[in-house]
Amino acid sequence: MALLEIKDLTLRFGGLCAVNNLTLEIEEGSIRSLIGPNGAGKTCVFNCLTGFYKPSSGDMLFQGKSTLNNKPHIITHKGMSRTFQNLRLFKQMTVIENVMAGMHCRTSSGFFDAVLRTKRQRSEEKKIRDVARECLDFVGILHRKDSLAKNLPYGDQRRVEWARALATQPKLLLLDEPAAGLNREEKSRLVELLRRIRDERKITIFLIEHDMGLVMKISEKIFVIDYGVKIAEGTVQEVRDNPRVVEAYLGKEEKEDAV
Amino acid sequence: MAETKMKEISLKPFERGTERLFELFDNKIVLISYIILTLVFLIYLPLNSSRFTQQIMTNFFFFVVVCLGLNIIIGFAGLLNLGYAAFIAVGAYVTGILSATYGINFWLTLPFSIVAAIIAGLALAGPTLRLRGDYLAVVTLGFGEIVRFTARNVEFTGGAVGLIGIERPVFFGIVLNQITHFYYMFFILALLAIITSYRLRASRLGRAWEYIREDEDAASAMGINVVSTRLYAFIIGSCFGALAGSFFAVKMTAISPESFTFIHSVMILLAVVLGGMGKIPGVVLGALFVTLFPELSRGIGQYRMVIFAFVLLVIMLYRPQGIWPDRQGISTKL
Repeated sequence: MALLEIKDLTLRFGGLCAVNNLTLEIEEGSIRSLIGPNGAGKTCVFNCLTGFYKPSSGDMLFQGKSTLNNKPHIITHKGMSRTFQNLRLFKQMTVIENVMAGMHCRTSSGFFDAVLRTKRQRSEEKKIRDVARECLDFVGILHRKDSLAKNLPYGDQRRVEWARALATQPKLLLLDEPAAGLNREEKSRLVELLRRIRDERKITIFLIEHDMGLVMKISEKIFVIDYGVKIAEGTVQEVRDNPRVVEAYLGKEEKEDAV
Repeated sequence: MAETKMKEISLKPFERGTERLFELFDNKIVLISYIILTLVFLIYLPLNSSRFTQQIMTNFFFFVVVCLGLNIIIGFAGLLNLGYAAFIAVGAYVTGILSATYGINFWLTLPFSIVAAIIAGLALAGPTLRLRGDYLAVVTLGFGEIVRFTARNVEFTGGAVGLIGIERPVFFGIVLNQITHFYYMFFILALLAIITSYRLRASRLGRAWEYIREDEDAASAMGINVVSTRLYAFIIGSCFGALAGSFFAVKMTAISPESFTFIHSVMILLAVVLGGMGKIPGVVLGALFVTLFPELSRGIGQYRMVIFAFVLLVIMLYRPQGIWPDRQGISTKL
């Protein structure tokens, strides 16, 4: 059974159709990419999946259950975690505090635990810290854990965001342009990291990316959308040879006599 | 190493000075001995001071409690509340009515006071927390006035005259009726408020408030229920106010609607903003400033409020983040 199924997903803003009858499936343990030209509606798909936008019609099934009408925090709780296209870190907080945010939905101590410092609270705090540390170590920036997030270089800030998403202990990780703004070396490390996330942590990955080199390297299967419509899906080779994809990216070839 | 150098250079003299001060307090022994000294001083103060001083200090402790309560709402959760005095009124009136009209023991009225604050908090914040910033401020402002006008026009609150004859509390056989008693009572209350604030801040809940304040969407993407977490802040803050109000009622033995006007809300808000929203020592400092300044400048007579306003303007112009400094580069956990 597919981990995530999107059925006829449509999202309209007034007259504009941002996502149009999109249907796709993501199998457990796979790495899938969603590509498309600027403004194709990729991020809108993510926003629908994570509950930030409410789809106009269609359905989304995560582990066989509909996540339609679920609030973002419920969806995270169910095991779908996301990163943002433009970094959305808690800038004035330390790196480790940022990552500790991810554990919020896996813990439960409240007001009285906090004020009375109950045993449960202390053991939970320790667990939160341990998981945060482990996630930071996994992405390789444990040594910066006490810096303020805003003081980190861009590449490291990205890694904090991945660590934070991992700390929610997801089954499916949605990455919105994880390679944006990274240099060549950081990108190759990202490829390695994504594989490790999938292989070591058994997390399915669904990503939006513009860097074709990276997409071709890691994803077994690619979905291409344009104007909210799925125009192709398949392996790297299949997609690359698909005339509709070439057209979406490069435009239609003009006839010779149009001069 | 190079990084520290860079930091030093980029800091203004004031920041460099405070950074040194913070480094001093990073030493646990220095910090703890400083705290113990302050505590000893405050415990000994009533034995060796006038009733007037004790009165002012008691006011200060009261202010610490309500300011820290409002700080949870504004500083921790980032919700502007302009009607905070209404929650103090709720606590004061619950204790006042139960004690003066029904003759219930003061200590037994406290749970009722808290329950009333929770109900009032839910009634106000439940439907309005979806509003943000200015809108919430307007609604809370209205709420503050509604509570006051209700208290003035309803019979069981004593109308405009208010309630009189609220019984003095008894504590292990001692009737608490001296200013020194209340000094210690509010001192303990203030200490509890400070400890609670620190513990909340360093907890899962406290971090959740901070996450929401920093970036609401990212917080909800991390699985934080934004609405209920905010509601929590609002209600906990309101309970601080109501408890302080209950103690206020037994200290004064008489309360009237005019003890809880908009100006009171503003003064509490002022102390919080002045000290530095979300910064616990800053808020305590703000409370001290707001209690002491009008007293110390009594000699100037009628111009003192003008000068008070001027000082506030200057502080806000030069330190919009509050008197208490932020730590540069590292986490602000002090």
